[in-house]
Amino acid sequence: MNLYEYQAKELFRKYSIPVPAGKHIESPSNLQWDKFPVVVKAQVLVGGRGKAGGIKFANDHKELLDKTKEILSMTIKGLKVNSVYLEEKLDISKEYYVSITLDRSKRRPIIMATTSGGVEIEDVPDEKIVKYWIDPVIGYSNFIGKDISFKLKLPDNEAKQFQAILAGMASLYNDYDAELVEINPLVVTKDGSIIAGDAKIVIDSDSLFRHKDIPENAAERTELEEIAYKRGYSLVELDGNIGVIANGAGLTMATLDGLTLKGGKPRNFLDLGGSDDVEKVVGAFEILKIAKPKGILINIFGGVTHCDTVAKGIIEAKKRVGIDVPIVVRLSGVNEDEGRKILSDNGIHSYGDMMDAINEIVKEVNKL
Amino acid sequence: MSIFVDENTRIVVQGITGHQGSFNTLQMIKFGSRIVAGVTPGKAGTEVHGVKVFNTLSDAMSEQPNATFISVPAPYVLDAAKEALYNGLDIIYILTEKVPYQDTMKIVNMAKKYGKTVVGPNGPGITSPFKSKLGIMPNQIFKKGNVGVISRSGTLTYEIVDQVTRAGFGESTVIGLGGDPVTGLNYIDVLEKFKNDDETEAVVLVGEIGGTAEEEAAEFIKDKFNKPVVSYITGRSAPKGKRMGHAGAIITRGKGTAESKISALESAGVKVAAYPYEVPTLLKEVLK
Repeated sequence: MNLYEYQAKELFRKYSIPVPAGKHIESPSNLQWDKFPVVVKAQVLVGGRGKAGGIKFANDHKELLDKTKEILSMTIKGLKVNSVYLEEKLDISKEYYVSITLDRSKRRPIIMATTSGGVEIEDVPDEKIVKYWIDPVIGYSNFIGKDISFKLKLPDNEAKQFQAILAGMASLYNDYDAELVEINPLVVTKDGSIIAGDAKIVIDSDSLFRHKDIPENAAERTELEEIAYKRGYSLVELDGNIGVIANGAGLTMATLDGLTLKGGKPRNFLDLGGSDDVEKVVGAFEILKIAKPKGILINIFGGVTHCDTVAKGIIEAKKRVGIDVPIVVRLSGVNEDEGRKILSDNGIHSYGDMMDAINEIVKEVNKL
Repeated sequence: MSIFVDENTRIVVQGITGHQGSFNTLQMIKFGSRIVAGVTPGKAGTEVHGVKVFNTLSDAMSEQPNATFISVPAPYVLDAAKEALYNGLDIIYILTEKVPYQDTMKIVNMAKKYGKTVVGPNGPGITSPFKSKLGIMPNQIFKKGNVGVISRSGTLTYEIVDQVTRAGFGESTVIGLGGDPVTGLNYIDVLEKFKNDDETEAVVLVGEIGGTAEEEAAEFIKDKFNKPVVSYITGRSAPKGKRMGHAGAIITRGKGTAESKISALESAGVKVAAYPYEVPTLLKEVLK
């Protein structure tokens, strides 16, 4: 889960990582600020807000009010701007970069640092980046910060500040189960202080149960995804017209791939998960009804989820949810025969093979 | 031979009285696994499907288990895995999903220092038909044979194993690595074992979007692997930046696409199926 810049900077303060003086503003009605010039930054969870006009400068109160109103009325890459962050403008001398993130291959956190900051890290040549892997059993310790500052060839006055910042980042990364803590640019001001110009923090969504102080950001989910999320379904909205219900993330993705390769356009990813519950199936149909697909494909390989349970769920959903688009069902695996019999007793034809079902729903929807 | 689990595997189930623990204990017994003990604090003296329950893993060590099946809620997985390492178990399988990845990272790195194997989290486990099953794969899809299967999925693995079995092949060992960004075993760990396994003559590598594990496996296959490999990669149609169900199935900053994985595997000489049903067809080609 991505944090907004203002939330990330709040956490930086908590870990004594220097940040510019700043204030989070949700409405232009109560604008109190006296340090000019000031930067007004749109708070949106999407990259490239600067290029989209979401960062502006103001030299006095009147300009500040105008720019704040202007940014608060913007929509950036489809996301409505709900608040801005006012921040003191820094006297920049140099821009560095530092981050801690997960290296999936090495199964360890990696620290990346460079004195060529201020641009996307992907655009910095590899030989200019210092990389350091933390052993999670040993954890972060100051020897790492010293080693990295030597490798970056930082002057003494900068090295001390840098090490304190990195130690703070490492504690934050651990304490808050972060997936990413990134400062870009890490600004060296004309008077030689090092300050976090920007702040990016991503928290592991699976760890939120132990971080009650972090509010959940619904902004990353679409309306349909939010409804599904609240009802306990793993759903991703897509732009096609064939609704999909499958079980298991891998099989659901394979269903979308199969549909796409056969010329169909999936409306969604919906994984029933490892449940064996008629109501869970009915609930999936209720969500798909909101999505208004032109047809629905159900692809189940029974394991923990039994095929007869899914069949009962489909019958229930037809009665209670009122689905008036073609439904194509594939059931295989545990209790396949029972499940397919329940369906045929109720006049629903089903398939045992995944590709037969995919071909059928594509044919049905393309007929419409 | 088979890899990781066989007739000598003695399994303890941590969390045996829970729904998943109890259901899967019965399924594992039916498959032929040796379940020697169960653990649930406060339930010592009871039995689950004839398996003795103990309060702690230390107590259950009297039954000499060498592998554990962990099915406890996500917040308690780190502690349960530490208990398993402390008691010297060789294979630690974690079924639980939504384990914070920093907990997994600690478990995996600690296990490495002790020379122990972690399987999962958030995967279906390991099955060597019909010697032992440490996990939750459905019993009826297997046939004993010479095809090794490695996958990051659960249900998709069953789909492919089922197709392989229906086509007349059988499996030596089937391994689900787990759908999280950090898992105990990765493809290369398993390929190294399959390489020296007399029973395995070909390998099916099932991959998905996210991370670069398939690309690294492709490098290994190109330089160091001696048996034919066929593959199926899912997530070709997945949008960037969205988690597709599995915590690890996400394309971030342009990395981890299906295209990148398919082309890496193909350039390592691996035949990649467009659909799951093509996997047996490709196996016939490489095993003739």
